[in-house]
This record gives sequence, structure tokens and C-alpha cells, in this order.
Amino acid sequence: MTLAQTSLLLVYASLIALAIAMIAFATVYANTRTKVLVGSATKPQSQPVRSRAVNIGYSVSWLALALLGAALVTRGLAVMRAPWGNMYEFALSGAFAGLAAFLVLSLKRNPDWLAVWVVVPVFALVGLAVTVLYTEAGPLVPALNSAWLIVHVSAAIVAFGAFTVAAGASIACLVIEWMRKRASDAPWLATAPTESVLDRFTYRLTAFGFPIWTFAVIAGAIWAENAWGRYWGWDPKETWALISWVAYAAYLHARVTAGWRPNRTMIIGLVGYATLLFNFFGVNILIPGLHSYAGI
Amino acid sequence: MSPDPKKSRANEAPPIGFIGSTRWAWRQLTSMRTALILLLLLALAAIPGSLFPQRSAGVSAVNQYLEDNPNLGRVLDALGMFDVFGSIWFTAIYLLLLISVIGCVVPRLRAHLDSLRSAPPPVPADLSRLADYQQLTTKASAADVVTTAEAWFRKHHWRLATKAAKSGTGLSAEKGYARETGNLLFHASLIVIVVGVAVGALWGYRGQVLVREGTGFSNTLVAYDEFSAGRLFDAKNLPPFGFELEDFEAEFEREGTQKGSPRQFTASALTRSEPGANWQRETLEVNHPLEFSGTKIFLTGHGYAPVLTVTDPAGHVQFSDSVIFLPRDGNFTSIGVVKIPDAPQQVGLEGIFLPSAVVDEERGPISVFPAPDSPALFLVAWQGDLGVDSGEPQNVYQLRTEDMKRLGVTSLLPGDVWSLPQLGHVRFEGVDRFISLQIAHEPGRQLVLVASIAALIGLLFGLFVPRRRIWLKVTNDTQKKTVVEVAGLSRQGYAGLSSEIAEMLGEVRRVK
Ligand code: HEM
Repeated sequence: MTLAQTSLLLVYASLIALAIAMIAFATVYANTRTKVLVGSATKPQSQPVRSRAVNIGYSVSWLALALLGAALVTRGLAVMRAPWGNMYEFALSGAFAGLAAFLVLSLKRNPDWLAVWVVVPVFALVGLAVTVLYTEAGPLVPALNSAWLIVHVSAAIVAFGAFTVAAGASIACLVIEWMRKRASDAPWLATAPTESVLDRFTYRLTAFGFPIWTFAVIAGAIWAENAWGRYWGWDPKETWALISWVAYAAYLHARVTAGWRPNRTMIIGLVGYATLLFNFFGVNILIPGLHSYAGI
Repeated sequence: MSPDPKKSRANEAPPIGFIGSTRWAWRQLTSMRTALILLLLLALAAIPGSLFPQRSAGVSAVNQYLEDNPNLGRVLDALGMFDVFGSIWFTAIYLLLLISVIGCVVPRLRAHLDSLRSAPPPVPADLSRLADYQQLTTKASAADVVTTAEAWFRKHHWRLATKAAKSGTGLSAEKGYARETGNLLFHASLIVIVVGVAVGALWGYRGQVLVREGTGFSNTLVAYDEFSAGRLFDAKNLPPFGFELEDFEAEFEREGTQKGSPRQFTASALTRSEPGANWQRETLEVNHPLEFSGTKIFLTGHGYAPVLTVTDPAGHVQFSDSVIFLPRDGNFTSIGVVKIPDAPQQVGLEGIFLPSAVVDEERGPISVFPAPDSPALFLVAWQGDLGVDSGEPQNVYQLRTEDMKRLGVTSLLPGDVWSLPQLGHVRFEGVDRFISLQIAHEPGRQLVLVASIAALIGLLFGLFVPRRRIWLKVTNDTQKKTVVEVAGLSRQGYAGLSSEIAEMLGEVRRVK
């Protein structure tokens, strides 16, 4: 078996692990009577009492992360370069970053409520990567062959990971608040985190991702200047990177603007995340531009 | 990091009178809410710029779009959809945003400078209502407690104000001014970035030059195939460098699904900074531009230039040179023309060059690989009026054949000679390469880079430095003991504040 085939096998294995994690984490929203009994309803955040299913979810997620990491490393070894040459590799790296950001956070905090909202997009990303985006391992086209690729893409991927978890937290918050509004008496609502907790969580992650995204855009401009002779040319990819940047800046402003409730602020953040996804899928597939050589 | 003081006032109804309403409009424009809406509008306005072809990126795609969608295209064109980033509405949004940023930076800068010069606010009357409120009693004297606390604050670079009153001593300490400094640096840098971009757009230029192996050019306007410059550009400022292409090599992937993908381009060239200077040998690669006094030369593309010799029936050489054939697809199926206006009767050749030619049953001759593995040239010869004497500018890559007579068609391999009684002999000598160079000067780019880095640094401080205050009230109680009250405040909900308070109190407790 070649390294590239090993890599693909590892990706499939991670998909299975992610599928299990998805189901395990979804139980948080089903019914957690033990939580109500054991956990303190007034301070759900400070006293995490995890059900066995959720514990399994975390273990399997760590396994999925290790498998994805190994898949990226073997892929990189197969092509003898950083595994960031085409959409398949970007998708895997993005999935890895999102999952890693979530799991690292889970070491210090208790993000059970948003776990499923992170694992589902990660699963979808990896699934799309192997089905639609798969590209044979190969070296880079000359325009991608630059040290700035590493700098620019690694920053973008790290920011993407943080934004993914932030989006997961926003969706969790919107869903929980929507259930609360409907005066649902589902037992799990009693222990669900409050809006302000999830709002702060989302903000922290976005505030972490935003400067890194800023840096990625700057590094991209420096690279574009080196490769094409202009630092900014309104290429669709560049344009959408700026649109995302502006959307997240709007999120940061909305959060400090009086009279903007967290749910509206979070929707702006989710719009920002949607622009990131469109930049990755929509622009690469639908719009021709200098970046389209990234290859599907 | 105080909340925007204009925020509440911005919602007021507009007052009567010119000055009143101007002031009201100004407050509206510089409010956070407006900034937020303008930011969202800017994002929205940029979207069509990525969906429709833009003139700035190349007119041909726009013309193609207009041809394919004539009606919709005309409407879109009238709306500026093919020139979004230069359109009135896009410009309006970012200029409003720029004014808004200036309008918010200037007063905030003034307020921040004031706060840097003045003492932290005095101790509130009732500390116990604040977060992190703590009280402790100690046998140490009030003066010792105050000195110890002051020393701790000084050591950790807090800004301090001490106020003795009848009922005891109040201590106000504040830290984290760098948050607002960073925030201001960030917003001010955005202004500078816009200025830098404007400088580049006004004084900069860019152009494209195609160079065949064995030929060169000196950097003057006539050398350019395409050229565009800002309004304030002066052709006298073109640096007078010279460039000659010796050799160009391209490597392509030969195996697997990515077969045909480019792998490595290398051009070796002779350059000199001005006429009369010494020639220097340089290697030009993608991502590795050459530079002459701020003007950069980038390798952006390449193609083939078949070499042809045309002799008339009497044996005189009419033409002998390489000719640029523009690539049409990823396998470098290339088309080009040769115009020989000096022949007894004007002659034109139209050709298709295929670097790796195969004859496909259905599609006819096509190229299957970008490298010149089995080059072939297909030619059509024309005789008659080329139209070059009419004075109209002509496209050098197109032949106008309306007034010409077709003499024949042939296919040639390198070394082949095509003999035509009316024309003479056409010999396909072989094939050279040409490269396309992008030559660009963007004067504001260092400014933009510096401002971007400043913005990033400002952002880090603005987002991650928490602004916080600690107040201390030291009083003597009836039993001659010293009572210390402490409270803290951080608008950003800084979690580390309580441990800072604890650390400071630890020092105080140790005082005997
Ligand atoms: C190009 C447009 C702008 C961008 C990209 C931008 C970006 C940002 C960012 C990233 C922050 C940090 C938010 C935080 O501290 O959590 C911020 C804060 C702030 N911005 Fe802007 N800004 C822009 C325009 C404006 C304008 C026009 C105003 C004026 C009204 C403004 C007022 C503020 C204020 C008052 C804060 C402080 C927020 C806080 O208290 O944390 N910004 N801005």
C-alpha cells in the first residue's frame, strides 16, 4: 500500500469515528435525566456531569482527530510538501483545525452543548473531501510553490478552526434559546448553558480567530504581490476573504453596540461563517479566477 | 474603552436648523451603529464584484459576457456590475466608512490622551456593590497598608491615584490603557491603508510585455502589449532598464491524473538598469520577481514562438524570425499570424501550433501535452491587402482576410518546407518560447504593508488587553484595627482580575 492509499484509509476510518461521535453528542439534546438529578441546575457550567454517551463522544472525537492528523501527515509524506495543494487537502486540514479547536477547548471548558454542532460540519467536510473533492497526491503548480503558501494557508486554517467552533456555539445558542422561548419543558433545557455564557464563548473564539484571519489576508496579499505583481487585485478569492473579514469585524462591532441582543450578533457571526464556506466551495467551484488552479 | 459616548445621543430625533441638523448627521455617521451598517453594506457590495467578470481583471471576459447575455448584460453594465470596485456606489460606501472611522478616531484619540494624562477615577462611595468586593481587617497601620498596596501597584505598572480623606485613604488603580491605544492604532491604520491604496491607484502603473527567446526590450511605453496607469502617472518616471531573454524552460507533470500540470518555470535573462550599464545574468521564476527602482518584473505566463523563414520565388528572404503564438488551452494549442507587408504582393500566414500533436478522429489535430514532444504547425497562406497601410491600429495576432485570397493549407513538422508557386517557400525551422512579463509599480505598497502590520498589532492589543480598575478604601475601625475594602471593575469581564486582587491583598495581609 502506498502512503497516499494509507492516508485515504485513515480518512475513511476518521469518518466512522466522527459518525459515532455525532450520535453520541446528539444525546445531549435528547434527554439527560441523570444530569438534572446530579448536576446543579443553577450552575450547569461549573459542574459538568457528563453522561457516558458524551464521554464516548469525546474519546471517539480524539480518535478521529488522531486519524485525521495521521492522514494529513501521510499525505504530506506522499507528496513531500505541506498537504495544502488542492481542495481535497484544504478540506481535510480545515476539518482537522475545527475538530482540534473544539477538543482543545474541551480540556478546560465544558462545550458538550455545541459538540454536535461542530462534529456535524467536520463530518460533512471530511465526507465531501473524499467523495467530491478527492485529488490524487501530486506536487504543486509553480504559483503555489512558495513559503508564503505555508504561512498564508496555515493561518487561514487555524482561523477557520476557531470560526467553526464559534459557529457551532452560535447555533447551539440559537437552538437552545428557541426551545426556551417555546417554553419547552424538555429536561435537558434546565441544564443547558445560558445565552450570555454561549455569547461570551462565541465572542472569545471569534476574537481569537479574527486577528489570525487578518494576518492570513495580509500574508496572502504579500504572496500575491510576489506571484502576480499586485498585492490586491479583487480576485474572487481575495474579495471573499475580505468579505469574511468585514463580516466578522461587523460581528465584533455589533457585540459592543448598545441595543444589539446576542442572538442578532450571533447571526452576523454566522453570516461571516457562511462567507468562509462560500469562499471555499462556491468560489473554487463556480467562479473562475487566478486561485482556481487549486484544483478540485 | 468606555462605551461610545455618542451612542445614546445618536438615536435622538433630528433637531431643527442647519447647524443642528449637520451636527446630528455627523453624529449619525460616526456612530457605532452606522459603522456596523456600513461594514455590512461594504461586504454586500463586494459580492457582485466576485460574481461578474470585472473590466479591471480583463476586458475580454466582460465582452464575452455581454455577447452571451446582451440584454441582462446591458442592464448590469449600466449598474456598474462589471466595474464594481470603481463604481460610484462602492466608492460611496467606503468613503462614508472612511469618514466614519475618522470621525470616530479623532474624538476617541482626544479622550484617550486626556485619560492617559489624568488620574484614575476616585473611589466610588459604595464599593460593596461592585464585583470582586472583599473586606479584610488587619493589625497593621493604615499607612503601612497603603504603602504596601501602592508598591504592589507600582511594581505591576498600574496607574495610581491616592487620596487621603477624613474617613481614611482611597486608592484608585487602573491598568490596560493599551487596549484603547491598540484600538485607536487599528482604526487609524485602516485610514492609512486606504490612503496607501489610493497612492498606488493614482501614481502606479502596470503592463504586460511578451518576450521571445533571443530578443529583448527596453522599458519604454512602446515596448508594452498592454499598459494601464493611474491618473497622476508620468511616463518619464519609467525606470529605463533593459531586458533580454536568453532561454526559458518549463517542466510539466508527466504522470498521473495531474498530467500536464505545470511544475517549474525558469527564465534566464540578461538585464541592465539603464542603457550603457553592464548586462547582468538573472534567473526569473514564478514567485521570484526582478526589481528595478521599485518596479517589479514578474513571470506570469509563457507560450511557443515557431520560427519561420519565408523566401520569395526569386530566392530573396522575405521574413525570418520567431513568431508569438498565443496559447488557447492547457495543452498549448496556440494560434498566431505572420504578416509580410514588404512582399511584392502582401502575404499573410495564419497558423495553429501544436506542441504535442495528434490527429484526433473527431476533433482533428489537437495538442495532448504542453511540452514540445512532437511539435507540428498548421498553416493557411493568404495573399492580398493586409490592411496595414490604412493607418488604423491593427491587432498583431489577427489577420483581416476579407480582402485576401487563400493560397493553400498545409501541415509542417520542424525542418519541413512548404513550396507555393505564387509565394515561394515557407520553412518551419523549429520552435522557440516566449514569456509574458507583468511589469508593475505600486508606489503605496510599503505604506499599506506597514499600516497593515500596525493594524494587526493594534488589533491584538485592542482585543486582548483587558482594561480594569481596582479601588481600595483603608479606614481605621473603633478597635484601632485597619479595615481594608477592595473592589474591581473590568468592562470586558476579565477573569484574571480577581487573582490580581488576591495577589495584591496577599501582600497587604503580610504587613505586620
Ligand atoms: C473600516 C471599518 C472598521 C473596522 C474594520 C473596525 C473594526 C473594529 C474592531 C475589530 C474592533 C474591536 C472590537 C472589540 O474590541 O471587541 C473595533 C472596535 C471598535 N470600533 Fe471599529 N472598525 C471600523 C470602523 C469603525 C467606525 C467607523 C467606528 C466609529 C463609529 C468604530 C468604532 C469602534 C469602537 C468604539 C470600538 C470599541 C469597541 C469596544 O469597546 O470594544 N469602528 N472596531
